[in-house]
Amino acid sequence: MILSIKRVPTVVSNYQKEEAEEGARHATGCGRNCLRSCCLPGAKLPLYAFTKMGNVVGEKGSFDIENKEPPVNFLDSLLLGEWEDRMQRGLFRYDVTACETKVIPGEYGFIAQLNEGRHLKKRPTEFRVDKVLQPFDENKFNFTKVGQEEVLFQFEGREDNEVQFFPNEPIDIDNSPSVVAINVSPIEYGHVLLIPRILECLPQRIDRESFLLALYMAVEAGNPYFRLGYNSLGAFATINHLHFQAYYLATPFPIEKAPSKKITTTTGGVKISDILNYPVRGLVFEGGNALEDLSNVVSDSCICLQENNIPYNVLIADCGKRIFLFPQCYAEKQALGEVSSELLDTQVNPAVWEISGHMVLKRKEDYEEASEENAWRLLAEVSLSEERLQEVKELIFEAICCNMDEEIVTRVMKDESDVTPQSHDDMDGLKGSRPAMVPA
Amino acid sequence: MEPQLGFIEKSFDLRYSDLVREALDELPDCFTITDPCICGHPIVFASKGFLKMVGYSKDEVIGRNGRIFQGPETDRRSVMEIREAIREEKAIEISLLNYRKDGTPFWMLFQMCPVFSKEDGRVINFVGVQVPILRKLRLSGNGIVRSEMSLREAGNGAREILFRCCRSEVCSDSILELGHASCLESVSSNDDREFDINEPCEASELEKTKASTAISNILSVLTHYSELTGKLVCRKRYCLSGNRQLGASLNICLGRIKQSFVLTDALLPDMPIVYASEGFLKLTGYSRHEVLGRNCRFLSGTDTDPTAQFQMKECIQYQQACTVRILNYRKDRTSFWNFLHISPVRNASGKVAFFVGIQIDDHCKNHETNSLSPEMQQLSVVGAVKVAVRSLSMGASTS
Repeated sequence: MILSIKRVPTVVSNYQKEEAEEGARHATGCGRNCLRSCCLPGAKLPLYAFTKMGNVVGEKGSFDIENKEPPVNFLDSLLLGEWEDRMQRGLFRYDVTACETKVIPGEYGFIAQLNEGRHLKKRPTEFRVDKVLQPFDENKFNFTKVGQEEVLFQFEGREDNEVQFFPNEPIDIDNSPSVVAINVSPIEYGHVLLIPRILECLPQRIDRESFLLALYMAVEAGNPYFRLGYNSLGAFATINHLHFQAYYLATPFPIEKAPSKKITTTTGGVKISDILNYPVRGLVFEGGNALEDLSNVVSDSCICLQENNIPYNVLIADCGKRIFLFPQCYAEKQALGEVSSELLDTQVNPAVWEISGHMVLKRKEDYEEASEENAWRLLAEVSLSEERLQEVKELIFEAICCNMDEEIVTRVMKDESDVTPQSHDDMDGLKGSRPAMVPA
Repeated sequence: MEPQLGFIEKSFDLRYSDLVREALDELPDCFTITDPCICGHPIVFASKGFLKMVGYSKDEVIGRNGRIFQGPETDRRSVMEIREAIREEKAIEISLLNYRKDGTPFWMLFQMCPVFSKEDGRVINFVGVQVPILRKLRLSGNGIVRSEMSLREAGNGAREILFRCCRSEVCSDSILELGHASCLESVSSNDDREFDINEPCEASELEKTKASTAISNILSVLTHYSELTGKLVCRKRYCLSGNRQLGASLNICLGRIKQSFVLTDALLPDMPIVYASEGFLKLTGYSRHEVLGRNCRFLSGTDTDPTAQFQMKECIQYQQACTVRILNYRKDRTSFWNFLHISPVRNASGKVAFFVGIQIDDHCKNHETNSLSPEMQQLSVVGAVKVAVRSLSMGASTS
């Protein structure tokens, strides 16, 4: 049986609409000024080259470097400036700053936005949700098909001592650059997509190098309100071309306020904790002797999940200092008809931003009635059950060669059930219904 | 950095007179005072006790942001809570792991509170008191678990160090002598140190009282000395209704932007300036109180081209962005060509609440090839202002 859901795909590029209308027309020199061989020769884009050295985050000797008073942050300025430029050029489908937004009263401060324009004009499409890894399909929309004007800059790491910027650098076709492009349906100001090695046409699948690039972007931006996110297939990614998302929202996300309980520290100094008292269960990673330590532990965990066909979402927060990982099962439940119509009617797709507590709502009534309780109820459906998460954690810890201290884990579980009595009541019963997701 | 140092201290003296430092230095507590109105929210005063505790000299601390004392094991969630308290202009009490200059970590109780201007309710400063927490192996339920774990995880050697460490902290004065830090050093150089230093640390009632008393003493000094200059401050905000204030949070956000720009209030009659950046004051020669509350037209003069003014008016009317090159005048009446970009800025309800105007002196519009173009710099200010205004007007009602 193939599990799939129908949903309205998000239009991330102005060339995505045409795609559906024109079908699989393949023209040479397509006239769209895209990022494929027809249009690339002679193309230039700004290039931001960060330095791969000296970015040790967890080491004592280095925190002087880290804490140097930043001048106006360069990557931050570049991104904001280029984004505003595209806004004034009218490349977005709507002005996201004209969409009403508010903090929902309550302990966690869930954030609601009313966005009536994001989902217009698209037919619901079938998405397969039971395969986290799927091969790249050249015939479907991918980021090489976006217009060059939608690309803000190239982003790469160099071994130099300082950041370098080239306002007009040719695109090196042989060295497949990583690029930052706008999302023409932004959910907040500065919504962009980081597409690692775009010309290699990688499917949506985490690898160590790409994840490190995303982490570097968070570190380089140096702004705690600029966060990066990742959705796997089956966890509400709609485009099977490797990409991370990011945007600005200068308020804490509820997930960032959730308490956590340490499970263990890896040999590389990465602290791994359980997220407590939050509707979606998951793990938080922080510290590490070097940025690579943190990056590798998280990417190895992601690789473990995707290889075990477990859909997941990742949030890179706090300038790359904290990373949240959520295995999830909402799309699968949805496909199996286990999600209530009341929740489905809101058409909220619980991807990384929603899980982190930023709810983009399509209907005015949902926006006006938004409450912490409603948000909690939706997110509780996204979470794995406690037992299921335990199994998943064992897989992860085995993959990253880390032993969980049984006693601590047991204690944490007890603590958590004490503090969140209202959540996930019916979740445990679901465990038996999805053996397919983890080959035992 | 250096030319700014004098400026940073001066802003403090202007409000509290230059006698205030002496009075604050007489207080025995460890504390810092920061100024959210200055770019980077720097420390403007650090007590002798504080400097001794962290092992930094005064010059290494003044002008820096408080985050220099955080380190790898500092809890990120606690850091976020402090950041949010500053944004919401609220007091906070939290246990925090900080680091001395030599890299040794120590737990302290951090109490912070805003200091308001009596005149307009603005936040003038934040006072932060740090009380070192004496760590004991508590005999309460949780404490036993903790010491057992450290015993099991770290072995007997580490436990001994833990004891020694606690004892020396107990022996030393509440302000740790630097010499005693070497003991902590031996703990932190031990790989198994986590279980003492990394475990969350709870302050005792005594420590909490100590911090509160210190805050009160500092506040009374500040209040007293603000009376000398007539620029009164107070601990409680006296809200003047109808007077739209940019919060400290927005001020901090905007303060990070170095370029010359102003924010004008689109919802008030005649669109007065509600924020002017340091860069703007430097460019035009005015001081802040001379421009706040006024419409931007005072920058124009006899030779200003009326068509440029008309163009701006029209853009504002249609809520559109525009760029004009307009002849403007400084306070000393010298003129300059202003390469001006104006853009509407919406608040969280999606309504245009402000206009941001970013000025570039056309004469100084030299553009290094490897930096952002002046146009791009202007747009990045627009972006940063839009993010700040939108996010900070969402009406955070979190507890």
